[in-house]
Amino acid sequence: MNDFLAMGGYGAYVWTSYGLAAIVLVWNIRSALEAHRDARHRAERALSMAATDAATRSM
Amino acid sequence: MTPRQKRLWTLVAVLVGLGLTTAVALKGFESNLQYFYDPSEVHGGKAPTGKSIRVGGMVAKGSVVREPGNLQVQFVITDFAESVTVKYTGLLPDLFREGQGIIAHGQLQDGVFMADEVLAKHDEKYTPPEVAKSLKKRHEGMGGSANAPASATTMEGTPR
Amino acid sequence: MGTWTWFHKLSSPPHFYRIAGKMIPWFAIPAALLMAYGLYAGLVLAPADYQQGDAFRIIYVHAPAAWLSLMCYSVMAVAAAVGLVWRIKLAHALAAATAPIGASFAFLCLATGSIWGRPMWGTWWTWDARLTSQLILLFLYLGYMALRSAYDDLGKADRASAVLAVVGIVNVPIIHFSVTWWNSLHQGSTVLRKGGPAMPPSMLIPLIACFFGFTFLYAALACVRVRAEVLRRERNAHWLKDLTAPRLGAQ
Repeated sequence: MNDFLAMGGYGAYVWTSYGLAAIVLVWNIRSALEAHRDARHRAERALSMAATDAATRSM
Repeated sequence: MTPRQKRLWTLVAVLVGLGLTTAVALKGFESNLQYFYDPSEVHGGKAPTGKSIRVGGMVAKGSVVREPGNLQVQFVITDFAESVTVKYTGLLPDLFREGQGIIAHGQLQDGVFMADEVLAKHDEKYTPPEVAKSLKKRHEGMGGSANAPASATTMEGTPR
Repeated sequence: MGTWTWFHKLSSPPHFYRIAGKMIPWFAIPAALLMAYGLYAGLVLAPADYQQGDAFRIIYVHAPAAWLSLMCYSVMAVAAAVGLVWRIKLAHALAAATAPIGASFAFLCLATGSIWGRPMWGTWWTWDARLTSQLILLFLYLGYMALRSAYDDLGKADRASAVLAVVGIVNVPIIHFSVTWWNSLHQGSTVLRKGGPAMPPSMLIPLIACFFGFTFLYAALACVRVRAEVLRRERNAHWLKDLTAPRLGAQ
């Protein structure tokens, strides 16, 4: 197990690379989902505002 | 022509113009885009003297001389036509070995290249150690030694 | 249904939004499986390299990241060109959705390359043609995104940034061929090379799995992001009501 982590003396380089890859993957997934959620919330808000506008105008 | 066709042809024209301009520019700056000179260029006078340049080639077999007690090292790099002697003091990259492609940065002084940095260049081939060993053995058995996986260390990607 | 009607249906935002949503698992699941296998096999099952030892395992994240950064740019530039010529909003949306993904992988490629270069070449960074052109790729992505965010009007942002994306495409072949056109510190391509991949199957198969896994991941991420872009462009369209009605009712 220690041999595996040591990576023949290149452990620091190999694990840092894989760690960075993990960070980039997680960032991509999270930020994509966030972008979609934000856009959806904004669309909902715009629609409900338009609905309230229409309602007040018709009164 | 519809506006759409107009836009399409404008785009095509821009891309063709851009491509040609880039090609001409890259051709013009070719010497600046080369990362290093090989020993033949150094001997042919193509490499500028009196300023820092990079020289690349293969470390000649049996040419590495280390000073005992310090980090001074001297070796010969070759492109199999010409060769250059390199002197360097400092740590060498892990891949540095005889038969390996290296690139040295420094200045030519009296025919000797005084390097302040030595980088190792490897090629695009990857092989497990056992396979490399057996390939080498087979080649040596057949009388050809230089072209075993050790040839994986030639300066690949350096069209000349 | 003919191709053309199918295409027209697809290009209508509500259909596109729904289809993109349905496609996500079809891309995400193969991405997860291929990447899990490829990265694990690269770390554990593949043999070490005879010269570079275990440091060579960095290739399993570095090369797919490099591939994706180039593929994303090509997708972005083609989508931007289609958007410019045919005035298709969805094409601009795809270009905008692709940029941050491509930028992140261009960054990963440069970072892991630097980490790999230190022990093997003996330097973190050098200005050879490959490294320099790849850095320019990252700057093109960043410039594209900065340009987009400089406009409040989405239509203007789409058109201005599309011009930059299209012009920047010249850098893509330069990156790929930099190591053959000029001499460089960086080596040539291992997989896409004359005479076939320069690797035994035990090393190659995990690498190919990573290439496909990363590509599927791009497709999944692009679906999610392009849906967000569609919503931004269709803010007041009435089809959104059907989409959001149940949620609004719950509030």
